[in-house]
Parts: sequence; structure tokens; C-alpha cells
Amino acid sequence: MNDFSQAFAKALQLIFQLDPALLEIIGLSLRVSLTAVFIASLIGLPLGAALALYKFPGRGIIVALLNAFMGLPPVVVGLVVYLILSRSGPLGVLGLLFTPTAMIIAQVCLITPIVAALTRQTIMDANDEYHEQLRALGAKASRMMKTLLWETRFSLMTGVFAGFGRAIAEVGAVLIVGGNINHATRVMTTAIALETRKGDIELALALGIILITLSLIVTSLVMSAKHAAYQYHS
Amino acid sequence: MKRTLIFILILLFNISIVYAKDEVFITLSSTTSTDNSGLLDYLIPKFKNKTGINVRVIAVGTGRALLLGERGDADLVLVHHKPSEEKFISKGFGIERRDVMYNDYVIIGPKNDPANIKHLKKAVDAFKLISQSGIPFISRGDESGTHKKERELWELTGVDIDAYSGDWYREAGAGMGATLNIANAMNAYTMSDRGTWLSFKNRDQLTLLFENDPPLFNQYGIILVSPERYEHVKHKEAKLFSDWLTSAEGQQAIADFTLEGQQLFFPNASREVATSVMK
Repeated sequence: MNDFSQAFAKALQLIFQLDPALLEIIGLSLRVSLTAVFIASLIGLPLGAALALYKFPGRGIIVALLNAFMGLPPVVVGLVVYLILSRSGPLGVLGLLFTPTAMIIAQVCLITPIVAALTRQTIMDANDEYHEQLRALGAKASRMMKTLLWETRFSLMTGVFAGFGRAIAEVGAVLIVGGNINHATRVMTTAIALETRKGDIELALALGIILITLSLIVTSLVMSAKHAAYQYHS
Repeated sequence: MKRTLIFILILLFNISIVYAKDEVFITLSSTTSTDNSGLLDYLIPKFKNKTGINVRVIAVGTGRALLLGERGDADLVLVHHKPSEEKFISKGFGIERRDVMYNDYVIIGPKNDPANIKHLKKAVDAFKLISQSGIPFISRGDESGTHKKERELWELTGVDIDAYSGDWYREAGAGMGATLNIANAMNAYTMSDRGTWLSFKNRDQLTLLFENDPPLFNQYGIILVSPERYEHVKHKEAKLFSDWLTSAEGQQAIADFTLEGQQLFFPNASREVATSVMK
């Protein structure tokens, strides 16, 4: 238990000192993962809804793939994105490797399936419930999609934040495509992995505590926003 | 309202990425031993002060560091396994290899030293006794320079370690620090570069048991990624770093770097290029 209390003290110390190196790392973690979630939602929400509402050949395969990809190993995603962005890879000319943009791309690949698959399930359930009503009102599929996405927006937030949780917590992908470069691509998780490697367990654990606290703050902010909005509507 | 706020926040984060800092930098792929020890953090600001060029370090094993160079993802490499370096050059990926410095390896093990290697004179004998004791030996197992060096030492002992893989010979497939963490947890022996060992904090019952035998010395070389092979590499800037590191000033800076009062890296730059392997 001594390890944990020491780490906790260290975490508090780091936070109250407003350590600039720590703030930089936290800032980049949030920037990368929030941007990744934003882009993944832009793709995943309409994709998930479309898969729930439209019937077309090959839909079953896409749904199966999507569900399987919810559990994509971050290291594999990192490796694939690395090979694509590497100077010897197809998109090498862009020079994106070892930049925050590369890290965002990897995380988007990682979490879009999560957002899409959870959206599909939510929209399907809502569709079962409202289908007759909407049809009676003469709504077309595209109109229904918009309505259902809007009506289920609070439930959809859960999927989006499952994606955020995965993005902010993963280390495998950002380590490979970001390179864990100090002052450039070092984020919370890669810093934790580095300190563990160096045997500084106390600092690693302290950073871990800060990361969990950070996730907690972001999630509760959204939860309270959701709650406030819910009350306003009902 | 709050949703809009969150939306705007996310948008701002996006914009800040687009306008990320614009600096002149080169990408150096190097090994964890130079980075984790703090040497590069010590050297790079000095170089940046002089030239305005920042050096971004990707710290991986020698094997992957060279691979990053081969694929054109680094501008230069600073590694420590001469046969691999020469192969890298002969395949046309690198030019102008220069010796920079050397450090040394040490053998780490449990304080009570069950294999009794503490008083030996030769590293090879130490390895032999470890193999006979049956006490676990944790190998990096990651194709790093350290791993390759360790394999070479095992070859000198004549012990066929592959036969004992998974038995007392354990391949961690991890960096030096992670390997030391495992050795600590398993009360095992391992071989580490001195720098990582000195900066390693999670020691518990581990201690340094064997050192100072020439076969344990470890030469570092710096190689520029070939600008003929990859047009995009920042050859001019990378060459400036290589020049500086092997200059009197850079060499002095390497010698000045200490950890826990000990000098870790010993400068021995030769300005000549390894022409023997160049086509």
C-alpha cells in the first residue's frame, strides 16, 4: 500500500505545482483524443444510423466487421497506420509520421467502429419503438435518420464517450505512430509507459492517477451537461 | 448550451493543431540507452543553442532505429551494433558512419549472487556460471543492440541458449528498463547498459555484480540517412548534428555528462568515414 500512497502524494504534488511538462502532456492527450472522438463521431454516427435504417447488400458483413473492429488491438492499428504514413508507405509524402495528426488518425481508426456499432444498436432499438409513428407521419428514411439521431442523442453520448475512454487510455497506437517524442508527441499514456520502463514506478503510477482523474472530469462534465439538457427538455 | 460549448472547445483544439509550432528540427532515431539515461536531453539543448536546430528523438532498440532509417522515417541514426550498422550502409540506406563514443555493459543480479559471479574476471565465465546455476537470466529478446551483444557473449561461452529458451533463459521482448523490472520481480540475472542501470529506480534486491571486461564495451556510431536514397531527408541539418557530436565541443559535452556522479559515455570520435563497407 505504501507504493500507492507515495504515488498519490506525488500525483498531488505534480498537480499543485502545475508542472509545465505535465501540463503540456495533458494538453496534447486531450487535444489528440478529443479531436479523434470528434472526427470518429462525424463518421460513426451517420454510419451507424445508416446501417440501422437502410437495407442494402453486404450490410451484414459490414455490421459483423464493425462489431469485430470494436476490439481492434491498438498496436496493430498503430502498425498499419505507421506503414501507411511511413516515408516508404503510400502516404509518406505527406510527412505526417511522428506528428499529433498521425496519432489522431490512428485513434480515429481505433474508435470509429465503437461509435458506429453502438450508434447502430441505439438507433435500431429506437426505430423499433418509433417506426410506426414516423411512418404514419410519412417520414422518409433520410428524415427518419435525422429524427432518430436527434431523439436518441443522450444515449448516443454513451457510445461517443466509450470511444473517448478508449482513445485517451490506449498506448499501443500512439506510441508507434507518434514516437513518444518529448515536447512533440508525448502523451499521458506513452509517458506512463516510459516511466515504467525507467523503473520510476512512483511517477508512472502518479501519472496514471492523474490520467484517470482527467477521464473522470471530462466524463462528469458531459454527464452533467446531459443531465441539465435532459431536465430542460422534460 | 453546454453542448455548443463543448463543440466549440473541440473545434479550438483542432485549430491549435493546425497551427502547431513551426520549428526547424531533425529526427534522430536512437536507442533507449542514450535517451533514458538523459544524455540526449543534455546534449540537444547545447546543439540547439548553437544552431537553432531542434533534434526530435525516437528512442527504440537498435534494430528498429535502423529500420526507421531504412524506411526514410529518420534523418540520422545513433546506434550501437557495428555489424548491423555496416549492413545498413552497404544496403545503401546510410552514409558517413562515424564513431561517437562508447559505454559499457554490466551484469545485474540478485544481491546474494546465487551463481557466484561476483569475483570473476571474465564476462564469458560469468555467463557460463549463470547457465550452470539454472537461475533465470532475462534477455532483452528484442533484436536491440544490447540483445545482439548478449547473444554474442553467449556464443563465446558455447552454451546453446536456444535450447534453454523458456526454461532459465527468458526472452522478455522488451526494452532495458522493462527487462530490469522483470529481473527484479523474478530474482534473476540480466545484462544492462550502465546508463539504464544507474538511472533505474525499481531495484529492490537487484545489484551490479560484474563489470569492466573489454568484451562488455559498446561502441556507438552515428550514421546519416542517405539523401540519394531519400530526397526528403534533412541532410544538411543532420550532418551539422553529426559534425557537432564528433567535434571537440560535442565530445567534451559527452564526457561532461554524468549520472549519480559517474561518467556514462566515453567520447572516442574518429572523423574518418567507414569507407571499407562503402561501395
